[in-house]
Amino acid sequence: MLSRVANSVYWLSRMVERAENVARFIDVNYNLTLGDGSPFVNQWEPLVYTTGDYDLFKKSYDTASRENVLKFLAFDRDNPNSIMSCVMSARENARTIRETITSPMWEHVNRFYLMLRNAVNDSSILYDPVSFCTEVRNASHTLVGTTYTTMSHGEAWHFLRLGRLLERADKISRIADVQYYLLLPKAEDIGTSLDVVRWSALLRSNSALEMYRRVYGAIEPNNVAKFLILDRHFPRSIRFCLIGAQHSLMEITGSRPGTFRLRSEQLIGRLSSEFDYMSIEEIIDQGMHEFIDDFQTRVNNVGNAIHEDFFTVPMRVE
Amino acid sequence: MINELETYPSDGAYDEMFTTNGEARGCCASYAKKLGNLQTGELGRRQTSAEHALRNMGITFNVYGHADGREKVWPFDVLPRIIDGNEWTQVEAGLKQRIRALNLFLDDIYNEQDILHDKVIPEDLLASAGTLRPQMRGFSPAKKVWCHISGVDLVRDADGTIYVLEDNLRCPSGVSYVLENREVMKRTFPQVFEGIAVRPVEEYSEQLLKTLLQCAPPGTIAPTAVVLTPGSYNSAYYEHTFLAQQMGIQLVQGSDLVVENGYVHMRTTQGLQRVDVIYRRIDDDFLDPKCFRKDSCLGVPGLIDVYRAGRVTLANAPGTGVADDKAIYAYVPEIIKYYLDEDAILQNVPTYVCSDPKHRQHVLANLDKLVVKPTNESGGYGILMGPQSTSEEQAKYVELINANPRNYIAQPMLNLSTVPTLVGDRLQPRHVDLRPFVLCGEDIYVMPGGLTRVALTEGSMIVNSSQGGGSKDTWVIDENSSQAPQEPPQSTATDSEGEQSQSQSQS
Repeated sequence: MLSRVANSVYWLSRMVERAENVARFIDVNYNLTLGDGSPFVNQWEPLVYTTGDYDLFKKSYDTASRENVLKFLAFDRDNPNSIMSCVMSARENARTIRETITSPMWEHVNRFYLMLRNAVNDSSILYDPVSFCTEVRNASHTLVGTTYTTMSHGEAWHFLRLGRLLERADKISRIADVQYYLLLPKAEDIGTSLDVVRWSALLRSNSALEMYRRVYGAIEPNNVAKFLILDRHFPRSIRFCLIGAQHSLMEITGSRPGTFRLRSEQLIGRLSSEFDYMSIEEIIDQGMHEFIDDFQTRVNNVGNAIHEDFFTVPMRVE
Repeated sequence: MINELETYPSDGAYDEMFTTNGEARGCCASYAKKLGNLQTGELGRRQTSAEHALRNMGITFNVYGHADGREKVWPFDVLPRIIDGNEWTQVEAGLKQRIRALNLFLDDIYNEQDILHDKVIPEDLLASAGTLRPQMRGFSPAKKVWCHISGVDLVRDADGTIYVLEDNLRCPSGVSYVLENREVMKRTFPQVFEGIAVRPVEEYSEQLLKTLLQCAPPGTIAPTAVVLTPGSYNSAYYEHTFLAQQMGIQLVQGSDLVVENGYVHMRTTQGLQRVDVIYRRIDDDFLDPKCFRKDSCLGVPGLIDVYRAGRVTLANAPGTGVADDKAIYAYVPEIIKYYLDEDAILQNVPTYVCSDPKHRQHVLANLDKLVVKPTNESGGYGILMGPQSTSEEQAKYVELINANPRNYIAQPMLNLSTVPTLVGDRLQPRHVDLRPFVLCGEDIYVMPGGLTRVALTEGSMIVNSSQGGGSKDTWVIDENSSQAPQEPPQSTATDSEGEQSQSQSQS
């Protein structure tokens, strides 16, 4: 397929996944702030850290009130990572490659955008974001499902999957990072009932609570981290995303397992196999934050290598 | 009879659906009956439902100069325009004849120039055409096809005669809307189709692909065709994606293509891949900065060298624009006679060519009665509508014409035919034109019907979508089969809003 089209396809799915994750951030945070007496009331600032756009936020807003943060994360078009900006960018990518994606896919991206455009004018969302976040998540899932069932699982499809899974891996790591920071501030909190509420909220924000319970039963911080980072079967765990992303990359290049020709293959293969042989104890010993910081750098490197390997190919006849 | 139809006025123009005494014309009889059986308000509901579908499907066209929302939803009127099958057969024959002659003309003027030697067309008229491409002299494209895809604008005057208003031989657009209009119509108003034999337009994409591949460079095995677009900011971008998607071929931009080893290639994730046929939707001037405009970054450096070497096909061929020059247009009946030895089946609008001193004199003396058009422009730019103009405007055109007579033609003001159109909750006559699309490869294919554009403003004859025009589904109906008696349609209102699954379109 055309390099330019591959690039657009990849970013189309990354942007939709990003929008979904921002909605998840908002949702879990809102959940945490519910209930009188919680120390988390009006804790909206960490949310802006999560997305990595704190400096940008500070430029336009003086206080991290709920309204401001929600506005910034959901609708602010000056924030390139707001849900609105992500979906607009996804739609623009989709529009330029309408001939590559299927009509039902285009129509869903378009509807997603139209839904957001209506939502911008609905101020009630700033007070009750739950159903809005659900709608965003569903729109993203509908697109994934429509893609899965209407598009040939060929090269374009693998670029879509690659983009989506890399984005998701990155976002799961951010959620884990901030929530870990937030949830383990004081030793005396551990084991209290509030603790369980917060950890449950974290799992719920990843739609992971039920699946977690099946594997581990009781909620225990290290197991939660283990589930979100290292589970092989859960679709919103980092390891799952890496396995899938590597698989799609190999399908695109045709390389045999255990081999690589391109730098992107090398980087993701190495990262993925480290996750295969990692234990949660090692991660915690190393420090969750340090581990995640390093992981995010490495995911970025994979992304950069994909750009170099596929989207800006030196143009010679082979 | 639904209320909407009762008060349908007639304003002196030829109405495509009703005669002057209010009877439905033969081809419209079944349809008019169905319409009469609809409940009051049903048309409005269908109209809303159609607009909803178009919006969700993202069927839009781009309007330049709007930072936000430059995409506009394609304006569509839910009442179709109906054409009699027998009449259409004549139109079809006329279009085929016209395109056949224009292809012979193009091949001649870029090669032997017999038509000039025989003085059928003034030599200086051709030489001064801004769309003549001297770079193409001595060249014949594969199968000698120059205009693979044409859109010929037709209008019907008050006397009922169908005239060719202009030929569009460069990058005529709008065909995607014909296909989408039909799709939307079937989704939102299926009842009106039942029992009516409407000739299908859906095979167009298939025919287009066939035409492109037929004209691949000779000897190419399994040729690869692509659509070349200037990019997503172009007003016709929707159409470009639509056609590429419907044909299952790549949509490329200039930057996706590169000339290597004497062939054109596209840059793919797997390296370079050869391209044999390019359906280009960018103008000649921008195709190749090495050959035409040096400042163009839309095209592909070296493309024309490959083209002239016969290693890639361009559709339409560079230089075809000279045959749709509005002054050359005046000579098309002579062109048909010269190459085919036949009389033109479709009539031209009487045209005064201002470079001819006698014609010019007449034009200058009658500016208040004529429509003056620049010969090289398209899209309705620079036109003087004589009867509606002020004396200052006329004075300005006297100057313009005297300064550059070659650049102007004039035609009598036509009273375009009307079609019932939903305006608010009433049916009103609104003026329409028609652009059928013609494909020329080994054979000539004419899409049945075409794009009907409608001027939505009362009395207006301006049909361009960028200036508030709309569109209608266009039905060519074979009368015999449409006479089958039908039960009145069930007036249910099952909205099909939840089940749209189609995509794409432009102007």
